[in-house]
Amino acid sequence: MTLNWFKFASPASFYPIAGRLIPVFWILTLLLLAIGLYWGFFETASKLGGSNPQKEYYRIIFIHVPSAWMSMWLYIVLVGWAAIGLVFNTRLSFMMANAVAPTGAIFTFLALWTGAFWGRPSWGTYWDWDPRLTSELVLFFLYIGYIALHSAIDDTRRADRASALLAIVGLIMVPVIFWSINCPDPNQCAALHQRSNLTRIDGNILFSMLTMTLAFWMYGFAATFMRLRSIILTREAENTWVQELLNARRQA
Amino acid sequence: MLRVFWCILSRDLTLAMRRRTDVLTTLFFFVIVVSLFPLGVGTESKALQIIGPGVVWVAALLASMLALERLFAADYEDGTLEQMLLTAQPLSLLVLAKVTAHWILTGLPLVLIAPLVGMQFQLTDNAIIIMMLALLVGTPILSLIGAIGAALTLGLRGGGILLSLLILPLYIPILVYGSGAVEVSRIALADTQPYFALLGAFLLVALIFAPVASSAALKISLE
Amino acid sequence: MSEFLSQGGYGFFVWGAYGMVAVLLVAEVLQLRAQRRTIWSRLGRLTRMRDTGGTE
Repeated sequence: MTLNWFKFASPASFYPIAGRLIPVFWILTLLLLAIGLYWGFFETASKLGGSNPQKEYYRIIFIHVPSAWMSMWLYIVLVGWAAIGLVFNTRLSFMMANAVAPTGAIFTFLALWTGAFWGRPSWGTYWDWDPRLTSELVLFFLYIGYIALHSAIDDTRRADRASALLAIVGLIMVPVIFWSINCPDPNQCAALHQRSNLTRIDGNILFSMLTMTLAFWMYGFAATFMRLRSIILTREAENTWVQELLNARRQA
Repeated sequence: MLRVFWCILSRDLTLAMRRRTDVLTTLFFFVIVVSLFPLGVGTESKALQIIGPGVVWVAALLASMLALERLFAADYEDGTLEQMLLTAQPLSLLVLAKVTAHWILTGLPLVLIAPLVGMQFQLTDNAIIIMMLALLVGTPILSLIGAIGAALTLGLRGGGILLSLLILPLYIPILVYGSGAVEVSRIALADTQPYFALLGAFLLVALIFAPVASSAALKISLE
Repeated sequence: MSEFLSQGGYGFFVWGAYGMVAVLLVAEVLQLRAQRRTIWSRLGRLTRMRDTGGTE
């Protein structure tokens, strides 16, 4: 069976597909949230680690790590769609990149916020100029820059392409920025943030962390598609298929 | 190829020499910002020596960014930029020439004035020399990266403030290693070598990629 | 129940983090729904104006 993928690349045909997918993603989100939260709060120990245990506050891990992962993943998704848009000149990919950005910015903010609330009881400070924290802050600035540039340009085509280029430049700079913050003195390097090591994590904690990550991911899909539908409607307002949809809505 | 480069470069320099105040504005902005810090944080020489390198670099970042707005603006308004896009010459070469001219007018003066502001912060002679060298390698990178942002925000209302939002996060590596080199030179002069290796590497990479990205951005903005 | 809410004395941190997540995600969804409704009603207004030829 051969699928014609370019058929889905037109906003008119993707609009109803997204509409049908949104409820599916909502159900998945709620289901995974329920499982992840139940497991995280009732099936895990109230202490973590040995001699210097992390107490109940470590439960922030179930939202901190997923939102940090999603914030980075969504930026990659954004740049991916932006690059596809620049190369193949498809309208839908730019709309997709646009729809991802605010959700990604929200996850970045949440990663910072939950990190601060975790840092206070475990490190004794809400904020520290640690490499990962600082990089996450820079990522937040990159999202804000993308959104600001896009909304400052009135011409949609120019806005799409200019902010796409900015996003790509940002992604190229991210490793350099991370490395420069991680290692401000090239003669020696150090970091406060614990290294991630998934294999050392207790199974129950890992299970609810991954479940919550999936839940956030499904939420990302749902929110992005909702925004995508709004963007499509606004941009295609003059097309006949939108008018037909409007008439159908009025009769209903 | 080289002739085109020189042609644009000398044109931009001549134009700037007819309006010298623009160059001086950037320079004095830099000096004023740097001079404000001792008044704000106190004039104790120990504290000044510690914050000095960082303050000078942040001021250099801001000064070169404020000047960026004018990089393409005049040529955009009188239509010269569109003519440049239509020439048979590679656009990235023209962009590189314009950035070079821009650096000579706004970056180089900062390097030359650095000893003066260094003295304001009680820096030692060694630290001042290192600071001049770091600025000499670092400010061209600022102009090169900034050109991308200037091209993207061409002709937008409130372009200047938007430009700072887009570009300042990308300046972080230069800030870290530029002021780091000066910081380290207070302790051990030999330890500054890896900083310069990194800054030099950044400069080479920026020289290759930034003009290409800026010309792509110009094409998007002028289409 | 109150033992669950106190989270071993770290309730402020745990619920402060979870609360912000809940607030922002719910706010985003509400904003998206409101945006969608505004777009539809604006489209409807535009079509009505066109149908009546703007003679109202």
